Amino acid sequence: MLQSQSIGGASSLASLPFYYGMLTALWCALPALVVLGVWQLFDANLIEWFVIAKLSADAQALPADELGLLLNTVSNIAQGHLSSDGQPAELLAAAESLTAIQTTNRLAATGVVLSLGILGLMFGWSKVAPQLRARQKVETVFSWFLLACSCLAILTTVGIVLSVLFESLQFFRSVSPFEFLFGTQWSPQMAMRADQVGSSGAFGSVPLFAGTMLISLIAMVVAVPVGLMAAIYLAEYAHRQVRAVVKPLLEILAGIPTVVYGFFAALTVAPVIRDLGLSFGLATSSESALAAGLVMGVMIIPFVSSLADDVISAVPQSLRDGSLALGATQSETIKQVVLPAALPGVVGGVLLAASRAIGETMIVVMAAGLAAKLTANPLESVTTVTVQIVTLLVGDQEFDSPKTLAAFALGLMLFVTTLALNFVALHVVKKYREQYD
Amino acid sequence: MTSAESTIEKVNKNLARRYRAEQRFRLYGILSVLFGLSCLVVLFTDIIGKGYKGFVSTEIYLTVDLSSDDLGISDPEVENAFMQADFEGAIKRALYARLDVTDRRAKRALNALISSGASYALRDQVKRQPELLDSSHGFWLLADDDVDTWYKSVDSKSPFTGRLSDEQLTWLQTLDFSGELRTALNTTFFTSGDSREPEMAGIMGAALGSFFTVLVTLLLSFPIGVAAAVYLEEYAPKNRWTDLIEVNINNLAAVPSIIFGLLGLAIFINFFEMPRSIPLVGGLVLTLMTLPTIIISSRAAIKAVPPSIREAALGLGASKMQMVMHHVLPLAMPGMLTGAIIGMAQALGETAPLLMIGMVAFVVDLPGGVMDAATALPVQIFLWADSPERAFVEKTSAAIMVLLGFLFLMNALAVWLRRRLERRW
Repeated sequence: MLQSQSIGGASSLASLPFYYGMLTALWCALPALVVLGVWQLFDANLIEWFVIAKLSADAQALPADELGLLLNTVSNIAQGHLSSDGQPAELLAAAESLTAIQTTNRLAATGVVLSLGILGLMFGWSKVAPQLRARQKVETVFSWFLLACSCLAILTTVGIVLSVLFESLQFFRSVSPFEFLFGTQWSPQMAMRADQVGSSGAFGSVPLFAGTMLISLIAMVVAVPVGLMAAIYLAEYAHRQVRAVVKPLLEILAGIPTVVYGFFAALTVAPVIRDLGLSFGLATSSESALAAGLVMGVMIIPFVSSLADDVISAVPQSLRDGSLALGATQSETIKQVVLPAALPGVVGGVLLAASRAIGETMIVVMAAGLAAKLTANPLESVTTVTVQIVTLLVGDQEFDSPKTLAAFALGLMLFVTTLALNFVALHVVKKYREQYD
Repeated sequence: MTSAESTIEKVNKNLARRYRAEQRFRLYGILSVLFGLSCLVVLFTDIIGKGYKGFVSTEIYLTVDLSSDDLGISDPEVENAFMQADFEGAIKRALYARLDVTDRRAKRALNALISSGASYALRDQVKRQPELLDSSHGFWLLADDDVDTWYKSVDSKSPFTGRLSDEQLTWLQTLDFSGELRTALNTTFFTSGDSREPEMAGIMGAALGSFFTVLVTLLLSFPIGVAAAVYLEEYAPKNRWTDLIEVNINNLAAVPSIIFGLLGLAIFINFFEMPRSIPLVGGLVLTLMTLPTIIISSRAAIKAVPPSIREAALGLGASKMQMVMHHVLPLAMPGMLTGAIIGMAQALGETAPLLMIGMVAFVVDLPGGVMDAATALPVQIFLWADSPERAFVEKTSAAIMVLLGFLFLMNALAVWLRRRLERRW
């Protein structure tokens, strides 16, 4: 401001004063933050490396897992969780140096970041001049920030693919992909001892996918006709006021958390179906695929109906008018003119709903069984891919057992399946939309 | 002439059948809508019918002798005096005295009627009012969950199938007859964390865990989502990279949530070695999950701002950034907020990814921040639904009602915002 006054007021600046302040602030904050982030990423490894260097040569020669255990003890002593009495002197010394290094590390980090901030501030300050095109620079920084944010979506996808793929490759090192894809036995318990009974560890995913398909199929059998007919009724027949009330009510079904549906399926629907089945003399499991599938179908109704509603409403009125003028009844118009025109969109919606059903987790975790069975009988208990992922991964687990890694391999299959469905569905919907817009 | 007549005859002959088909078709539509609506009604009545009793708990009236010698309190001023005092013993003696029990086995059966948490409640009350010491007072004490189930089944006339012996039932009937049993608002349910004892279990811990998780999600996903939407709508050139981003976002929106849990497990917990069970990691995972929703709705909101506003701003000499910041974003804000709230409601109800990153731990303490171990409301519902104790069924339903209540409030807020602030151009 002082400089600007000497050359004739704020109007002769290249940018508004705000941008000069902003630019200086960016110079102050950005380099310091970047360094802080990198520091945080690497300091744990560096400290570990220093502590290992302090340990004796014997300890350094230990295999990685025992060394890790030793380091854990050291850090526990240093934090005072473990009493220092009776510990080897070597560990005590290492713990002391660990405390010292951690303190130095914190001080150094604070010092470096602060001084970088001040340096950046001074640099930015020194650059401030009336000719400086501060606004352009600030805006460049912001547009890079915007670009980075939008790339996060790609990063997420890459992250999903990499994490799932990496663990799956590890899994396929111990279990052949062929056995995983085509094996019909699934019992992921690994033997603790060599002579243990029934713990051979079989990783054939066919029964899981069969179970997933069975439950999803039941869900689609419920959701597609009901959802489609509800959409047709609301779009073509219902009075505007009825539609304004009923449509949001139906969409509540999609907003209810899946864990609630799971509870409902397990505690209300499953017993009813079991009792009904038994009264007809049919052997019915209390974790029948039918219960999970029915409730899942109810959950999916609004997905089908609102997507179908959108595409049906997008069919031009002239098509309907033409058909009605030829003497067709309203239902004939819908069946022979509107639906064929809306078909690609409806198919897309159904595919999206199917991908939702395949990936649905909580309902099946709570209402479907755990035993992997190859059956097409909806009254029996089946298990699904998502159920197995949850049972394999909930609780403590280490990352090198095939049991844990199997979950990631299942995740990979699930991701690929749903991605393919989504891709086809979105493609079909998009292609269709272009015809009428 | 004859052929025209035959056409109209043909039409007339089929007309009745066609009208019946029309009626049938219409009926199918109505039935479908009714089916959907009745599912909604059945679901809600089932949950509410199971859960409304979870908000009250059964209490037993007992006159407890609070002599400080028996309690083992020598000096009430000493800091730990109440911590070590034997309130449990005092309650037991009061119970034996009330029902004249001397037999050891019967005593044990009698002790099972009072919740193990009753002595803590009594201790806290006496600590607050030390003048109660050295005299006898009547207290309403929390009953065990089996008593709770029995007492609630008495009114509803549904058969009781709990774990009470005939002897225990006789005692309870005695107490009930003389008005020493009552149901009162279950404050424990709203104020405490999880517990193995159904009558002591509360949702506050899970609610706080959910709050912190959703807070992290909101703080991260809203700015990032809006920035991404601004880039895609206002800045992005039409090229393959932008197309790739768009396809990606649309696909991510339909990826099953459990996959995001796997991502969080592999990246945040395995690779970055963050602790398990903390709301911070939960929030990060849910951020990645809700981002597509928020980006899509924010883009719609930005698209709805008419181009004339942009042209006017640019025409007056604003830079593109100024045009976006000063004009487009404020006008699109209601729509973006609505999208964000709906995204947060989605995040609040999400369970599967949180299971993956270990937010299923049994956590008794109330979490105090994003780095404390916690569960979330839906996960708590899942845990309780899995518990074998019958009394957890009504707790689960009650927790579901609380969760649905929060979701309803958030959606109502979104609708209100849309009605109130959104402009039609």
